[in-house]
Parts: sequence; C-alpha cells; structure tokens
Amino acid sequence: MKNTMLFFVVLLSFPVFAQDTLQTVKIELGRKKLQKSLLKTTNTTVLSSHELLKAACCNLAESFETNPSIDVNFSDALTGTKQIKMLGLTSPYLLIAEENIPSVRGASQAYGLSFTPGTWVESIQITKGAGSVINGYESISGQINTELLKPIKDIPFFLNVYGSTDSRMEINTHLNKKLSDKWATSLFVHGNNRLSKNDMNNDGFLDNPLGNQINILNRWQYTNAEKGWVSFLNFRYMNDEKQTGQVNFNPNTDKLTTSSWGSEINTQRFDFSSKIGYVWPEMPYQSIGFQNAYNSHNQESYFGLIQYNIKQNSFYSNLIFNSIISNTMNKFSTGLNFTSDEYKEFVNTNDYSRKDNSLGAFLEYTYDNTDNFSIILGGRLDYQNRLGFFATPRLHARYNPWEGGVLRFSAGRGKRSANIFAENQQLFGSSRSFNILDTNGKIYGLNPEIAWNYGAGFLQKFKIFTKSADVSVDFYRTDFQNQVVVDLFESAQQVDFYNLKGKSFANSLQFEFNLEIIKHLNLRTSYKFYDNKTDYNSGSFQRPLQAQQRFFANLEFETHIKDKGQQWKFDYTFNWIGKQQLPNTTTNPIQDRLSGFSKSYSLMNAQITRTFSSTFEMYVGGENMGNYKQEKAILGADNPFGTSFDSSIVYAPVFGQMYYAGLRFKIK
Amino acid sequence: MKNIILILMISFLGFSMNAQEAKKNKNAKYTIEVNGNCEQCQKRIQKVALGVSGVKTATWSIETHQLNLILNEEKTTVLDVKKAIAKVGHDTDAVKATNKDYDNLHSCCKYER
Repeated sequence: MKNTMLFFVVLLSFPVFAQDTLQTVKIELGRKKLQKSLLKTTNTTVLSSHELLKAACCNLAESFETNPSIDVNFSDALTGTKQIKMLGLTSPYLLIAEENIPSVRGASQAYGLSFTPGTWVESIQITKGAGSVINGYESISGQINTELLKPIKDIPFFLNVYGSTDSRMEINTHLNKKLSDKWATSLFVHGNNRLSKNDMNNDGFLDNPLGNQINILNRWQYTNAEKGWVSFLNFRYMNDEKQTGQVNFNPNTDKLTTSSWGSEINTQRFDFSSKIGYVWPEMPYQSIGFQNAYNSHNQESYFGLIQYNIKQNSFYSNLIFNSIISNTMNKFSTGLNFTSDEYKEFVNTNDYSRKDNSLGAFLEYTYDNTDNFSIILGGRLDYQNRLGFFATPRLHARYNPWEGGVLRFSAGRGKRSANIFAENQQLFGSSRSFNILDTNGKIYGLNPEIAWNYGAGFLQKFKIFTKSADVSVDFYRTDFQNQVVVDLFESAQQVDFYNLKGKSFANSLQFEFNLEIIKHLNLRTSYKFYDNKTDYNSGSFQRPLQAQQRFFANLEFETHIKDKGQQWKFDYTFNWIGKQQLPNTTTNPIQDRLSGFSKSYSLMNAQITRTFSSTFEMYVGGENMGNYKQEKAILGADNPFGTSFDSSIVYAPVFGQMYYAGLRFKIK
Repeated sequence: MKNIILILMISFLGFSMNAQEAKKNKNAKYTIEVNGNCEQCQKRIQKVALGVSGVKTATWSIETHQLNLILNEEKTTVLDVKKAIAKVGHDTDAVKATNKDYDNLHSCCKYER
C-alpha cells in the first residue's frame, strides 16, 4: 500500500523531462569530450563527463578549467571558492541550472557551484549569449545546464578517492539499483574535508579554508518508453562547513572577538525536485512536462566582527508543452513558470528579509528548414512583485553558408534583482564599510538590473589532410540599461552600491582554434579580449579583477585502448592571464597599496591518467606547476582589525603549486 | 432570416465534414523504402517529404533507406509523398523517378537503379 502511494506521489509530482531525456541521449552518441554543433541554433558547447576527468576534480566550479568559454577565477583569499565568468560577467549574470531547474541563484550565488560534486555530472551544456526563455528571465550573458547521471543508465557501483598536497581529501560513492525494467534508483554520497592548516605565503592567514562537506543525493527514475512516460524524483541533503582566517584563530574562544581574525561559513541545504514527462506515443513530436523543485538553503556565517546569515526557501514550478505546427520544421514550446523565494537575511542586526514571487508564461517558436537555416523566436511575460510586469524577448538564428561553416546570431534581454550581500560576500573579509547610496528602489533600495545582450559568431570545421580542425570567432556585447554598480574605486575603506548613472557594457571577443594533430593528440587554443567598462561615481573604469586578455591552450594525448581497457591519458593546460584592473587602494598607508593594474602571469596544469582495465584507473596531476603566487594576497594582514585590511583583492593563485592523486573504481 | 439559414447551412456542412474526417487517421505512421545514398539525399528526401502538406515528420535513414513518416490522412496520402519524392529523383516501390529527374541528381546521390 505504501509503495503504491509512493508511486502515486512520484507520478503526480514530476513531469517535464521527456524532452530533456531525448536531448541527453543525443549528447551521449557523440564520442568527443567537447562538442560544438553545426546545426544547433544557439551557440552551445556540450561538455561530456569525460571532459570533467581532465581537471583535478572535484566540483562544478572547477570543472570549467579546461574549457575556453568560461573563465575560472579565484573569488577571495579566504574561502578559496572559485568564481566563474562568462563573457566577462560573473555568475549572477548567468542562468545556472541543474537538469533545467535554476540551481545557483539567490543565497547560493557565492558557493553554489561547489555544492555539486563533479562525479555526479553526466554532461554540461554551455550556451553563450541570451539563451532560451524557457527557464526564466534572469540570464544575461549565458546559460549553463548540468545533467546528472541518470539512474536507468548508471553502473551498479562507482568509487572515487582523491587527495591533494593542499590537504584536501575527497570520496565519492555511487550506488545504483535497477528495481524493474521501469524503475531505477541511484544513491550518491560525497564527502570532502581539509583538516590541516596551510600558510605557504607566511602572512599569518590560511591559504585555503579548513572544511568539510557531506552531500547526499538519492534519485529515482521511472521510464516507460512504450507508454511515453519518464519521471525523476530527487532528494538531496548537503552540509558544508568552512573555517578560515588567521592560522591561530580558534572559533571556540576567538569567534567575534578581536583577539584574532577568523571566519566560519556553514551552509545546510535540502533539495527536493520532481519531473514528469509524457511523449504522445502516436505523436513523438509532442510532449508535455511538469517539474517542481523545493529547496531550503541556510547559511550561517561570520567574517571577523561581521555576522551574515541568509536563509532562502524556494519553490519553483515549470509546465512545458512541446509540439509542432503542421510539420517538424515548425516547432514550439509554451508553458508557465512559478517561482517563490522567501529570504531571511541579516547583516549583523540589519534585517533584509523579504518575499519574492513571480509568475510567467513563455512561448518559443523554432523554424528549421532541415537544411541550412534555423531561427528561434522566444518571448515571455512575467510578473514579479519587485520587478513588476515585463516582457523578455530573445532571438537566435543560425545559417550554414557552406559545408562545415555556421554563422550564428543572438539577441535578448534579461532582468534580475541583485542580491548585493550574497553576491559580494567576499567583501565581508575586509574593513570596508557597506554603503547603499540609493533608497527608492525595491531591492535593498536599488532598482532591478536590466541588460541586453547581442552576439554573433562564425565557426568553420575543416580537415587538414585527414585530421579534423575547427576555427571560430565570436563577439558578444552586453549593454546595461540599469546595473547595480559595486564601486570599489571611491576608497579602500568602503564599497558603494548604487544604480548605474552613465554607461556600462561588457564586450567580449573570442578566437578559437582546435586541431587533431595526429590521431589521439588534440590541441585546443583560444584567445579572448574583454572590454568591460562601467561609469563609476569617480570616473569610468574597467571592471576590477577582469583580465582584458587571456590566452588558453590545452593539449591532450591518449594511447590506443588495449584489449582489457588499458590506456594512458595525458593532459596539459596553459593559461596566460593579462593585466587586471585593481580596486583603488590609494587611501591605504603606502605598504598596503597596490598599483592600478596587476601584472600578467601564466598558469600550467597537467594530469596523467592510467587506466588498468575498464573498471579501474588512477590519476596524478599538478595545478599551477609554475608555482605563481600573488605577492600580497591580503592587504593589512598584520592588522586585520585595522582600516586597510582586505582579503578580497585576489587576481592570482594564493597557494602556489598543488599536486594531487586519485583513483576510480567501477563495477559494471 | 437569410443569415440564420446561412449559419445553419455552414454548421451543417461543418458537421458533415467532421464526421467524414473522423474516419481518417490524423497521425498515421508509415515506413517506406526510398532509394538514395548519402547525407545530401537525406536532406533532399526529408525536405521534399515535409514539403507535402499534411506530412508532420519525415526521417530517412542513410543505412536502411527507410523513410519514417507521420502524416495526416485527411490532407494527403503516402502516394502523394512518393510522387513528390520521385519528382526530385528518388525511386520508391510505387513511383519511379523519370530518367531526367534521376539524371539531375548530384553524382554522389546516383543510387543504382
């Protein structure tokens, strides 16, 4: 009886995924680790799970290190959390979704990417530019969607153990059981910790936080291909604890005192999500999906004497219907989204708690002449209690002028409310005072951010003798109509937040060249140029901590797979990061000043994987092998309660070189 | 009065048409064999099949030469699709392409007749 009830609950709660599942299947057919399509209308790159094996590990934030579309930065010298940027804009301007449910948003903006372990990931789709309207109106510079491993296709057992010289340990265990030809379930358990203290630059502060995370996901999948039903049910719990600050800081005695500077960031999260998708068996081009997600995110933290607590309870619901108009050259998707967010947010004793709701309808029409041209016209209408009633139009077009070439164009609008504290948490690790200069807006006194994004790109695939190669160039511009300006130029003792008064834009130009040099030896290179200017109160500057130029190269080599699955894999990544605009530090005493721009530098990572059989492999690797370290990672480190203390100006690695090793074991 | 009669007539007509339509399958599935070779053939066959009003989906496999169709029988028949395909040079069991249309095919598409 109980089982029947459970079955019922599952069926009722979960519908939208039939379409996604179909897409995922397509992705798996390709054997390449990084796939660029000539036929997709949007500028989307697909990363397979094999791609994720090329970097040290470990979570989603780190999985983009071998990908040129996304820049991985270091957010601050305290938490070691890696921030990502796309088209020169930080992750709040991206829509980051997990199986098409927006996941990293609101309270989880700063650390959310580190809450998805890399081994859970089946594939990642990265879309540059405006993106689809189906999942919401918030995305401005791009969309990243992660597909997790599907229980129906998963292997019975997987184990991954990892350890590194920065004293981080990780363990990932996956268990899978096929209960019948229709039901399957997976249990993923992830744990990581860092127990020993490191201070390689002798500034008295930990280079990496002490911490531990436990992350458990249980998912259920129901598939009935004959009848056309697919359903997923996910339950997830995560607890993450970090301690950082001065080496001699003891939270039991020093918390919120001036005896030494320290910080603890503890996050607890519970997620539940469900999807149900139905494809009409007699009309395979028509489907309906319904997905629901509830999550509760609770961060309790302090940074020196500042206490910051944020709790977010969210509910998200999406109903989508896909069908055709007369034939499959004309497809459409339409549906409704509902989002509700309840925030309890406190900065010291200031209460910024609020409730946000939004309801919207979308329609997306796709024309594809099945040959060389396709266009996606999308639009949505939303009402949100703080953003008002507004429309979000988006357009993508693709044209193949000749064999192997594709020309793409996109344009679209995005609108969002900036969670100024959650998104700029790293600034709590400084002596800056937080000033909100506007009072009339509805979000912390500020207005919503609105931006238009336009982009065009060209990709050509070709053969050099018999080896495949491709070259591409794309240019994107984001124009802010309004932006919540985070001003670090006024002085080193304050950060000002205010509505944009002049202009703000982000231009991004990217060249890419990829080549299969000989069989199993692949080269990827890219060069990027950014021009991201904002009018601040004190003048017009490049946005800080954004390199204007970057060069990236990745070389991978694999030996032939032998009968029993034995193989060697080598991977090498080179990054050159140009000079970066730094915040104004001229108001500091002379020893705590930085020049206007950082120096350029380069980083090298490498990894070797040895596969002993199809079920067992080991890997070793190094990051930042040139051992480049930022000279002054923390300003005023000798007097953390003084006026020039700042741990937020990080433009290069703090830790220096790092080596790691790990193993993967599977039972198939 | 005239209007009422007109409305009655139209609705009556409408009904009878509906009744007739109900017998025909709006999502009839067919699989037919179409001669061809390559990706170019695939594009051409699919495009011309979709160009027939009433054809909802058309996918042709390069390996098996099978064309999977879903079509609205109220609007078209498989024979119409076969005729359209023959016109661009591809043979099916029922309708063969004329020599002229066959000769117009690109060299890689010239399947053995």
